[in-house]
Amino acid sequence: MNKQTLIVIGNGMVGHHFLEQLIATAAAERFDIKVFGEEKLLAYDRVHLSEYFGGSTHADLAMGTAQWYAENRIDLHLGEQVTAIDRDQKTITTPLGNYRYDELVLATGSYPFVPPIKGNEHPHCLVYRTLEDLDRIRASADGVKTGVVVGGGLLGLEAANALKSLGVDAHVVEFAPRLMPVQLDADGGALLRRKIEELGVQVHTEKATIEIVDGESARLRMNFSDDSHLETDLIVFSAGIRPQDTLARASGLDIGERGGIVINDQCTTSDPHIHAIGECALWSERIFGLVAPGYTMARTLAATLNGDQEAAFTGADMSTKLKLLGVDVGSIGDAHGQTPGARNIRFNDEKAGHYRRMVISDDGKTLLGAILVGDNSHYDTLLQYALNGITLPDNPETLILPESQGGAPALGPDALPETASICSCHNVTKGDICGAIDAGCSDLASVKGETKASTGCGGCAALLKNVVDNELEKRGVEVSKDLCEHFPYSRQELFHLVKVNGIRTFRTLIRDHGKGHGCDICKPTVASILATCWNEHILATDHVPLQDTNDTFMANMQKNGTYSIVPRIPGGEITPDKLIVLGEVANEYNLYTKITGGQRVDLFGATLSELPAIWEKLIAAGFETGHAYGKSLRTVKSCVGSTWCRYGVQDSVGMAIFLENRYKGLRAPHKVKMAVSGCTRECAEAQSKDIGVIATENGWNLYVCGNGGMRPRHADLFATDLSDEELIRTIDRVLMFYVRTADRLQRTSVWMENLEGGLDYLKQVVLEDSLGLGQELEEHMESLVGTYQCEWKTAVEDPEKRKRFREFVNAPEKTDPVQQWTTERDQRRPVLESEAAL
Amino acid sequence: MKARTTWDCVCKVEDLVAESGVAVWTADGPVAVFYLPHRLPALFAISHTDPFSGSNVLARGITGDIKGEPVVASPLYKQHFSLITGQCLEDETVKIKTYPVLLDGDQIRLEVPKNKQETAAA
Ligand code: SRM
Ligand SMILES: Cc1cc2nc3c(=O)[nH]c(=O)nc-3n(C[C@H](O)[C@H](O)[C@H](O)COP(=O)(O)OP(=O)(O)OC[C@H]3O[C@@H](n4cnc5c(N)ncnc54)[C@H](O)[C@@H]3O)c2cc1C
Ligand code: SF4
Ligand code: FES
Repeated sequence: MNKQTLIVIGNGMVGHHFLEQLIATAAAERFDIKVFGEEKLLAYDRVHLSEYFGGSTHADLAMGTAQWYAENRIDLHLGEQVTAIDRDQKTITTPLGNYRYDELVLATGSYPFVPPIKGNEHPHCLVYRTLEDLDRIRASADGVKTGVVVGGGLLGLEAANALKSLGVDAHVVEFAPRLMPVQLDADGGALLRRKIEELGVQVHTEKATIEIVDGESARLRMNFSDDSHLETDLIVFSAGIRPQDTLARASGLDIGERGGIVINDQCTTSDPHIHAIGECALWSERIFGLVAPGYTMARTLAATLNGDQEAAFTGADMSTKLKLLGVDVGSIGDAHGQTPGARNIRFNDEKAGHYRRMVISDDGKTLLGAILVGDNSHYDTLLQYALNGITLPDNPETLILPESQGGAPALGPDALPETASICSCHNVTKGDICGAIDAGCSDLASVKGETKASTGCGGCAALLKNVVDNELEKRGVEVSKDLCEHFPYSRQELFHLVKVNGIRTFRTLIRDHGKGHGCDICKPTVASILATCWNEHILATDHVPLQDTNDTFMANMQKNGTYSIVPRIPGGEITPDKLIVLGEVANEYNLYTKITGGQRVDLFGATLSELPAIWEKLIAAGFETGHAYGKSLRTVKSCVGSTWCRYGVQDSVGMAIFLENRYKGLRAPHKVKMAVSGCTRECAEAQSKDIGVIATENGWNLYVCGNGGMRPRHADLFATDLSDEELIRTIDRVLMFYVRTADRLQRTSVWMENLEGGLDYLKQVVLEDSLGLGQELEEHMESLVGTYQCEWKTAVEDPEKRKRFREFVNAPEKTDPVQQWTTERDQRRPVLESEAAL
Repeated sequence: MKARTTWDCVCKVEDLVAESGVAVWTADGPVAVFYLPHRLPALFAISHTDPFSGSNVLARGITGDIKGEPVVASPLYKQHFSLITGQCLEDETVKIKTYPVLLDGDQIRLEVPKNKQETAAA
């Protein structure tokens, strides 16, 4: 089937979200996707735009990566404005050419409204919408004294805060008699004004600007209709937004009276092949100036394109919770009490600066709306009452009274119904969260990863944490980050303590920083930390009792108390002579022999006391330990590579052997697996490994944090076309950073998912050295590589250590009577319980 | 009537491993002897047999304390057993044998039933 072409105009928040949703469905296969964005930058988080002045970069705010677009074969045209749509030809036009579409999505957002005031074209008259706008404001504010924001709404106040942070005296000029007229009432507005003026922002209400002229003491002068004036160096217009519907208008699509592209419940316009979502769309005569409704439209459209006939956009809640210049403001539902019969309860503490208003139905049972200024701690509870129609208590006023005056405590997460919406950006209900926990998520981070809750505007973060903690506690999961009852620290914190204080033994650590005698959780964890810090032999007297049995005896315990033996076979390459030795040893000790999934050979069924003798023979033949027992590097799987394979472009075996020898013995929070493939056919399955390397014509592509096992995760592409040296240096840093910061028993995949800032952050740390740690990480790794020893070699050579391998210390000849054997497919195996009973 | 017992010498101090266990063979079968030098008393002896797997492995578990109770964690499926009472902390229906143990010069002695048949007969 020939693919259809889907074109998205606009690469903003909603356009990007739409693509993410679409890619997740089967519909993605049907389309060749093209995206046109007028802005030069990849879609970024406009909601947190102001953080740009606080030091965030585009990378911090970006919603996706160019790599994501490339991986999903989305043809991305940034900085290319669409100038026309030809609906008959089904084409669009940009300065660079014409493109055909089968389906067209308009996600063009909105633009700031600049009132038609004479003089508003002055170069220091600006708006607040894009990163480029912010760059202009920054430049304009450089070295000047005063700035004015026209518009006292939500965005205007945010812009005023931005001006303040740039060091200019900020003024807000508002046409209405109060601030935030849409969300607040007179009392709320007045309180907000007082608080904001206390913070040094001057507020001028009921001011209509009639012209902007050259100033005397500053660049500009604003003349108001009441004959007063104000001098300022720059003006930021924030007098509302208008849907960006220019293209739609010109191509004859239905447009609302006051603008906006008319859409139906499926987000389709008057042309069945053209759809509109986000702030440019007009649904039921309403424009939604918030991101959550836009996301809901995006989800609806993606589902519709995927053939879901039920999907429909049915409106959205416009409640908002904000911190404006540090002042809490909340507005819920019908804040102005316009519902017939609505009644009000108000609490106004002018001394503390708290204002709360509830709008309730005439029967007093449901909460219709609310206004909060000065303290948002009641917001979540009130919102839940309003959104879910939860019946109000008999004395509803207790919900907004301070607790000391008999106010009710917050609505506990238990009181919420399963259908309660916790995160409206991503449409996550309490039921979804419980489902994620039941499916294995055991902390906040994994619930976030699984449901995406709280990864949009972030407004639901506190509530989400509440619900998750509550649900975990109900399931008996300990929510504290303490390692165990002996240490009130996380693994990362313990690592720090050990490293910084130069602690070399468990006893010192528990004496100085813990309590009691330790347990099977903290002892191996500390053993691993000590090993990465100081790399002493794991069977050194102080460390022996800390190890899991597999580490103590350097072999994997089997169900009947015997052990398996896995010698290292780097890269899976083995000489016939060595293979013969494996066979001979297995024969001599009657060991069950199996090729593992990690390209090596496992010998099963050795008793404790046989281990040293077996290893003596293996070591003599040139083998060394494979660390199959350790939380450490396991295998570096390899394909045959350019030496033999007709497609190979690099020597994958050589690189795998090099990596295996470099990182063998490294103690980590969990096991680490790697693979190297000789070309993109990827026979070594590198993209499912903690560290995956794939050869390219020019070097190596590095993938990180993949996982097979219980919850497979595809590794992330981390860097491309690296030279050998770059590859090693990058892996050194990634691994060492993982070893230092991961939690106990956290594979790199889970670590990555929990890492704040995720892949981008890791790239900054490793590739850009944002923490200045690069050299230290490399040196640490170098010192570990330099002090490697084959643990088995050291052990067999030391009579004291060998003593540990006596099955019964008082009866060397005694064999364990429970170990009984039978033969299957020509090899020995343990008698099963069911068979023994016969 | 109390079963007949003996205080058998099972090993020497030098055979013990501090903070960990060793297995000894006794008239009553395999026993795990633990030496926790930072406690008083410092010696504990319990059955070496893990009741959940039937395998003789408990001496190879990690020792520690849970809410003050000295325990060993089975190396196979990680249940904890009290070194004092033999009680399994995860399953109150499971309790393993414990043995009185003492230090006699450089000898470790265990009080074990003399042998199974005799005990049964007595
Ligand atoms: C021997 C082997 C199976 C085989 O016969 O092929 C094996 C055997 C065991 N695996 Fe495995 N795994 C073996 C390859 C794998 C693979 C495949 C691979 O590495 O390519 C995987 C999936 C890949 C991955 O890890 O991402 C794998 C995923 C696991 C997991 C799940 C890990 C996860 O993150 O979800 C466990 C459990 C754990 O580590 O907590 C596990 C644990 C185990 C243990 C250690 C269970 C235990 O505690 O007794 C098994 C004992 C090994 C022994 O006694 O020697 N094994 N295991 C393979 C040894 C490879 C080697 O040469 O070292
Ligand atoms: C400072 C600020 C703070 C905000 N705070 C919040 C908040 O706290 N909570 C909240 O819910 N919302 C907030 N918002 C609103 C939120 O950012 C928007 O609702 C959201 O960005 C809308 O997404 P969109 O994709 O519809 O539009 P946009 O993100 O504006 O994306 C539209 C994109 O389309 C591009 N485009 C337009 N025309 C064309 C064309 N012809 N060709 C190519 N490309 C074109 C534009 O350049 C733009 O990049 C805030 C907005 C701002 C500016
Ligand atoms: S990846 Fe595939 S094709 Fe390649 S060398 Fe390895 S193998 Fe050959
Ligand atoms: S409500 Fe916006 S992230 Fe959850």
